[in-house]
This record gives sequence, C-alpha cells and structure tokens, in this order.
Amino acid sequence: MSPIQNIVIIGNGIAGATAALEIRKRIEASITLISDETEFPYARTALMYIFMGQVSLPHTYLYPTDVWKEKNINLLKSRVIGLDRAAKTITLTDGRKLSYDQLILATGSLSILPDCEGIDLPGVCALYHLEDLNKIEHQLLSNVKSAVIVGGGLIGVELAEMLIVRGIKVSFLVKETSYWANALPEEESQMVSRHLAERGITIIPNEEMSAILGDQHATGILCKSGKTFSCDFVGITIGVKPNVSLFSETGLNINRGILTNSFLRTNDDHIYAIGDCAELSEPAENRKSIEAVWYTAKKMGEVAAANICGEKMVYEQGVWYNSAKFFDLEYQVYGYVPNAIEPPLKSHYLTYANGQKSTRFVFHEEGHVVGILAMGARLRHGVCEAWIKQKTPLNEVMEHFDKANFDPEFTPIPFKNLKAQSRGSNTRKARNLVSFIFPFLRTRP
Amino acid sequence: MNHRSIALTDQVHPTSHTRLHFIWLALFYLGLAMQFFSLFDLIFLPGEWALGLSFILIISGILGYTLTIEHRKKITGQPLYTLQGNIRQKKWSAWLLALFLTTFYVLLYLRPDLLGLGKNGASNSGLIGLYDGLSYWIKGNPASEWFVYGTMYTLAITCLGIRVIFKFRHNRYQVYRTLSIIFFQLIFAFLLPEILQSFNKPYVDLKNFWPLNYYFFFDWNIDQLLASGQFGFFVLGWGTLGFLVLTPLFTYYFGKRWYCSWVCGCGGLAETAGDEFRHLSNKSKKAWKQEKYLIYSILVLVIVMTLLILISRMTGQLTNISQTLAHWYGLIIGAMFSGIIGVGFYPLLGGRVWCRFGCPMAAYLGLLQKMKSRFRISTNGGQCISCGNCSTYCEMGIDVKSYAQQGKDIVRASCVGCGICSAVCPRGVLKLENINQ
Repeated sequence: MSPIQNIVIIGNGIAGATAALEIRKRIEASITLISDETEFPYARTALMYIFMGQVSLPHTYLYPTDVWKEKNINLLKSRVIGLDRAAKTITLTDGRKLSYDQLILATGSLSILPDCEGIDLPGVCALYHLEDLNKIEHQLLSNVKSAVIVGGGLIGVELAEMLIVRGIKVSFLVKETSYWANALPEEESQMVSRHLAERGITIIPNEEMSAILGDQHATGILCKSGKTFSCDFVGITIGVKPNVSLFSETGLNINRGILTNSFLRTNDDHIYAIGDCAELSEPAENRKSIEAVWYTAKKMGEVAAANICGEKMVYEQGVWYNSAKFFDLEYQVYGYVPNAIEPPLKSHYLTYANGQKSTRFVFHEEGHVVGILAMGARLRHGVCEAWIKQKTPLNEVMEHFDKANFDPEFTPIPFKNLKAQSRGSNTRKARNLVSFIFPFLRTRP
Repeated sequence: MNHRSIALTDQVHPTSHTRLHFIWLALFYLGLAMQFFSLFDLIFLPGEWALGLSFILIISGILGYTLTIEHRKKITGQPLYTLQGNIRQKKWSAWLLALFLTTFYVLLYLRPDLLGLGKNGASNSGLIGLYDGLSYWIKGNPASEWFVYGTMYTLAITCLGIRVIFKFRHNRYQVYRTLSIIFFQLIFAFLLPEILQSFNKPYVDLKNFWPLNYYFFFDWNIDQLLASGQFGFFVLGWGTLGFLVLTPLFTYYFGKRWYCSWVCGCGGLAETAGDEFRHLSNKSKKAWKQEKYLIYSILVLVIVMTLLILISRMTGQLTNISQTLAHWYGLIIGAMFSGIIGVGFYPLLGGRVWCRFGCPMAAYLGLLQKMKSRFRISTNGGQCISCGNCSTYCEMGIDVKSYAQQGKDIVRASCVGCGICSAVCPRGVLKLENINQ
C-alpha cells in the first residue's frame, strides 16, 4: 500500500475530531478537518449550558485551541458540496477542490422536521446545531410565554430546561403514554414524568402533531386527534436522522445512514463513515445499526483512525451505556434494558429515597444480569460493564452493589437505606427528625 | 453567523431579582454603611448598640438576599453557577469590589490608625472602637485591628457558608465540608484564640500549622510560648506534631483537601465568599507553569527562613540576615500576597489565588498528595461529554476536562478536593475518593 499523503475528514464533531487526533498519534500524513459550523471542534452536548449561561462557547471546545496547530491538523471552516469518488476529490462551497487518499465522513445528524403545514414559521425550532441556539434566542425576543415541545426524547428535555430557565411554560407532546416510553421501562418513564411535572411541565400523552398553527408566527399546534394547543413557541425534537443526502448520488451504499462494515469502511476502500451518519451493516445482538450518541461516535473515531493507519481494528459495540440528565434527575444505563421486558428476560426494580431514585436490574431467566438502569444515582462504569460482560448472577451483583456506587461521598448507599426504610428503624426516625429541624438538609430529589 | 448574540454572557435572566431581593440588599448595605460611617465616628449610638444593629442588618441582609436568590434559582430551574452578571465578568462592579477590599487590606496592614486603632495606649475610636464592646465581652480587652478583621472574616465565612450549604443541600459532601469550615473558623480561628488571651495565654490558632503559620519558629513566638508554661509547651509540641506527623498522615489518607477544603480559613473564605468567582481562575498551561515556579519558590523560601532563624537562635550567628528575611517575608508574602492579592482580587482573579500561587502549606500538602496519597478524582470510564463545566468552575485552574475526556484519574498537586467539578458534572463522571490500594 502506498503511503497515505492526504486525509480529509468531513465533520468536526466528536467522531471527526477524535479520528483526526488518533490518526496523528500514528502517522505523519496531512490531515484536514472540515466543518461549516464552528472554527474549533466543540462539544455539541454543551449547547444547553451555553444557552443557560453556565459556560461559554470557548469553554466547550473539545481541546485547547493551540492543540490543532501543535498537532499539525488543518482546520477548515467551509461546507462540502460534492464528492467525486473516481477523482478522489471533494468540492467545497467556494468551488475549491480538495483531493484525498482517505476520506472520513463524520457528518453527524440532522434534526427530523415533520413535513407539515407551518413548519417554516418563526417560532418553530429544533435543537441540534450551534445555529439553533441563535435561532431560539432570536425567537425568544418576541415575548414567548408558553411553548410546546413535540417529541419527548433526551434533546426535548434539554430544550425544556433551557426554556424553563427563561420563565417559559413548557408542555411536552408525546406519542406514547408517558415521557420517553419507547425507551424507558414504565416505572422509570413515570418517574421522569413526575419529575417533569414538579418543574411545572405538562405532558400531553397519546397525541401526534399534524400541523403548526399561525400566520406570521407560530400560535399553536393542531394534533391528529383534532385537538389544538396554543403556544408561542414550538420545539421540534422528534429525533435525528443521519446527515447523508450529499452522498446519495455518489454510489456509496446508503440505507438510513452510510453503510459500513465492521472496520467502519464503506463500499469504497478509501472512504470511512463514523459517528451518527454511519450505519453498521451487521450490528451486534440487541443493538441498533445506528447509535447516534456521543460515546459511540468517539469510539468509532478511534477505530476508523486505527484502520486508516493499517491496524485492522474491528469496531466492537461492546456493552452499551448511555447517560443523561432530566433536570436534576440523573440517568445511567448499562447493557440491555428494553422498555418492555419480556421472557426470557426478567427485571428487578428497586426504588428508594421516597421513590425519587431507583435501580433496575434486567436479568436472564438463567440468572445472569444483562442490564442495569439507575435513576438519581451514579454507578461505576467499569464495575457494571464487567458484571454484564461476565454474565454475573443477579444475587452476586446485588450483594456487591456498593462496589458500583459512584455517588459523591457521604451520599447514603441505596440498599442500606432500603433496609432501613422497610424496618422503620431508629436511624430512619432520627433522620426524619433531623430533616424536620433542618429542612435544608433534606436530600434534593 | 454571529456567535456573540448567543447567550454567552450578555443577557441576564429575566427572573433574577424581585423587590424582596432589593429590600434584603438594602438592609445589607445599611449595615455596611454603619461600619463605614463609624470610621469617622459618625454613628450616634452607644458602641454595643451600633455594632449589634449593624451585625443584625448585615447578617439578615446577606442571608435574606442569598437564600432567596438560591431558592428562586431552584424553583425557576436556574443552574448552580452562571457566568452572567456584571460582577462575574470583571466589569465595573467587580473592579469596585476589588478596590474596596484591597483598600481595606492596605489600611489594615499598613495604617491601622486610620481605622481607629488607639496609639500608645490611647483608646480606640472609629471602626476599631466600634468593636471594643464585643471585644470586652469576649476577652475583657479593647479591640485590635486583628480582632476587627477576625470578626469580619468569621462573619463572612459563616453567612456565606450557610448560603453554600443551602445551595448544595442535595450534596452531602458540600454540606459537611462547609459545616466543617464554619466550625474551624468560628471556634479554632476566632473564639479560642480570643478566649485564650482572656486567660492571659498567648494568641494561638491551633489549626494554623507551619509553614502557613510562618512565624511559628520566630524568636518572639517561641519566647512567648515558653513563657506561658505548660500550655506553651503543648502548643509547641502540637504545632510540631501537626506539620511533621498529622499533615503527612491525613494527606496520605484523605488528600490535601482535609486541610485546604475542610479546615483552613484561607480556603474557607475562598469556598464561601469566593464561590461566585470560581470561573475566573486561569486555566492555561502557562498559568500552571507559573503556579509551580511560584509556590515551590515560596516553600523553599519559608524553609530557608525558618532554618536561618533557628540557627540564629541556637548559635547567635546570622541574626541580621534571618531577621531581614523574616521582615520582608511577613510583609510581602504574609500580608501583601495572602491578603491584598489573595482576597482583594477575588472578583478579578478568582478565590484561590493565594492557595494556588502562594501558600507554602498548599505546596507542602500538594507534594504529599502528588507523591503519597490515596486521594484522587476518579473518572467514570469513557462517559465524559466534554461539556467543560468541570474545568470552568475549578477554582484551582485545573483543566479537569482534559483528564476526564481520556478516562484518566486526576492526581494533581494543586487539587484541593472542593468537589465542585463533581457537583457540576451533568453526567456523574467525576468522584472524589480515597482509594485503598
């Protein structure tokens, strides 16, 4: 194989940026990282914190800005408008052509916008790009009092938090019976719904939007059931789809995302696809072919980089994990926890702290744990992963569960607490007394 | 696209202040104004009444204002920390506050007579005179400038500590830690030394170990302690035990935080009064380099100075040089660095400037922490989403994110273990812990 001279990466998200740095660790080739969104790679996940004034854009840069020069990675702020696989070039929006020896596509996702009436009205926004923040900020200038967020996933709740902070009344319109019920088991979904209700958020279940009302500005939404809900702002967070339309005519195999083999290579030997825009041809058991989350994107960046440098590394989906935060309620999941648990799987669900926290163990009939889902508690990644990988029996996991505790020091350990509660012990009485005298010491849900 | 319009820092949340907040603020400023006017003897009330009223106004003002703000933040879902607001962005109000604080420190160290300290046996007037009543009540003597300073310092840590406890009531680490800070400041740093004085014992802060307490081995201190009999021997023994045995031992088990974030008054003030200025610490690699040069130079300096003083005590040699060194160390490091820059510049450089760049005790603890300690901040696998909250609010200027992204544990000499990185992490990636190896 001739030495690689030119590597071009389209997309500077976590996948693309990781790939660039991982390639640089191994070889000396020229690396160009292209994005039309920001000058420096930043953490998209921090968009809500930028909006809320907790951090500013430079705080969210993935690496200090001098790293890129130091590692001799060429950052290019431009948009790619064409790909010529035969000539191995890409075309930029200013007409310039860049040639590549190896190309990495890390174009990420686009928000799904339903094709309905009123979707282009002012006051209708999605949340994915930095530019969306600008747009939302601009919309909020026009005295927004209430908002409906259509679709209740993880981005939806972030948008809700952003709006609540600005004093806007928020309702969620969800297709399912409760919040994010297509991903969370019922109890957890109910718990999140209760938590959202405490924040003054209304959940409108079993409804689907059919149109957005309004002439000059969004004034409400119309549902398929015929019901209407009035509001001044409509947030669309029904999901994301791979951003691949640019490549639809190039002969790359595309299903929903760009299809890749286990080395993350596409049907063109010189092109890799990673992150949200990539679709695995052969996903592992119980795993999706597109997993559009931060952690998988990062891992894919590492694997594609190794393969480009000739290492032949297979992308293993490994033990699934994800985490999020619903206002103050933290969520962590390890392994396989489907929303409906059916034989041969069973689940053991424990709540504590007056139903404000919970842990769920999903296990196989034969006894070994396949998934753990924690709400309001932090678990140790390595420990949970090892349990699931090694098919550890449930009773063993439960017995040693304190080993998985990752909460800040002095946080009561859940299972001791659970016992104390069931016995109505003196410790509990003492604690109640203390929290009666010093209400501020009461654990926040 | 214009990024500047994105809520970076320009906009203040519409829900931040209500009329009630202004009333609380007014009480606070009224109390402060009483202290200010007492400088010119313009308070026409009996001393005890004036001080009592002023304290009531200040305490109720601070607590009323900060607790209602924190409560409101909670019910409106505001984040724990924000970059927004004039005072957090080094704008005019920050400069004004810095000017006010530094002026106070300059007067305190260099011209206490302007604060009303009676010279040559004359009785106190002005601000210091205002505190005479309290001083007589606690120890039966008139107030000194240090009594005034100690009272204000304790008041700040206590009131703003209560605010921190209220703000972090969902996080027991922060609650216990702040209670500990308040306890050590109130009892060990403030009341105990004053009460000891009233029993004709020397003024000692038992938690203030050498080398932070740089004058521990100075002639006058040793003479004073030796002159006070058994108690003096106890203090000498305790102080030596403290830096030789207790410090390494506790640092081995708990890391430097046992002192810097649980006991020390300098750190305590930064954690309570400096809480809103955490983001101002410089996170650059250059600052890290400066930090290492400065803090270890000061540690070396304090060791050399102490050795010279002990040599001169025992042999009578080198007296001049050791005394000159002691004088300048006291003035430049002890007064100007720790006070004027360390506290006066809170709104410009962040709260832990002294702890990070100057404190010889922090340097000593840091070396122990780096080399031989169970303490670290663990990173939870690959779960960091690089949002940058941890690095932004690290008051010691550690780029926590750069470690978390790589799944590396954080073992840094400068980490004081305040736990804020872990508290602001939205994914539960960071945990302070003492690992039993």
